[in-house]
Amino acid sequence: MNIDDIKRAENVVCTKPRLLNDNNMHYCPGCSHGVVHKLVAEVIEEMGAEHIAIGIAPVGCAVFAYNYIDIDWIEAAHGRAPAVATAAKRLNPDRLVFTYQGDGDLAAIGTAETIHAANRGENIAIIFINNAIYGMTGGQMAPTTLEGMKTSTTPYGRRVDLNGHPLRITELLAQLPGTCYVTRQSVHTPATVRKAKAAIRKAFENSMKGLGTSVVEIVSTCNSGWKMTPDKANKWMVDNMFPFYPPGDLKNTAAEK
Amino acid sequence: MAKFIGAVDINMERCKGCDLCVVACPCSVLSLQPKEVNNRGYHYAFAANAEACIGCAACATVCPDGCITVYRVTKQSE
Repeated sequence: MNIDDIKRAENVVCTKPRLLNDNNMHYCPGCSHGVVHKLVAEVIEEMGAEHIAIGIAPVGCAVFAYNYIDIDWIEAAHGRAPAVATAAKRLNPDRLVFTYQGDGDLAAIGTAETIHAANRGENIAIIFINNAIYGMTGGQMAPTTLEGMKTSTTPYGRRVDLNGHPLRITELLAQLPGTCYVTRQSVHTPATVRKAKAAIRKAFENSMKGLGTSVVEIVSTCNSGWKMTPDKANKWMVDNMFPFYPPGDLKNTAAEK
Repeated sequence: MAKFIGAVDINMERCKGCDLCVVACPCSVLSLQPKEVNNRGYHYAFAANAEACIGCAACATVCPDGCITVYRVTKQSE
């Protein structure tokens, strides 16, 4: 069969989602943000929610998320995305409201907003990209940085006696009665990407059904900050991040409601 | 023998040469350009071994920039 006969519109099995526009993403080559942006665009497209979706962009690497996905966005102050999402969802209960935050935004500066929004059980979906580092500002230590991990502010590795323990904020949020679905996923292989997409879809559906707060943590890589190639960063993530941040569902009460 | 034959189209100007698709491909179809670069200076991915493609879409699934379009047809029995 000729290759031009194969390359026809009716034979397409996978392509760039329509909602992901043609702007070149500013992310470093191999960054997990790109994959998650693609998944968010695909899920919103499949749900037919492009006219009712409101994304809350964070401060951090994903600050320009509004440039890449063609839906309505609000840019929140640093860490305040769940607070902004609370207002957006309360005023527009029929809209799909989600936040897209990194670990510096959600687990450091915005801890209070995150915990209280989840504790109030706001009907929002929170997508949490955890790469254990402050990527945008140059690879400083984040609350989620692993013990012994080298960053630009902990050049000899994170010390528990000096810097405290890494923060498993997703486990913390799973204990709150306001959350209905808390899960941890990753996007380093085709199979995990598909699972992460299903998790994001479930979170968005919970938000539309009004079941409470859904949190999808994506354990991610920051190959520039970790100073590795994208492939090596994925392997490092499996070897070092997964023992402390094991993937899987932490809580799913949405099925019971 | 594989039941499907596939083909990939790569948007070379959007590609950042991160190598993730090359690692994900089970049939070693893709490779990074050894010398040529795109307008932004990246060694973009290309189908070096195009006839081995089975259209599994693993490359397009892991591509962070959505550069890859995958086509697949069922092989006709001869």
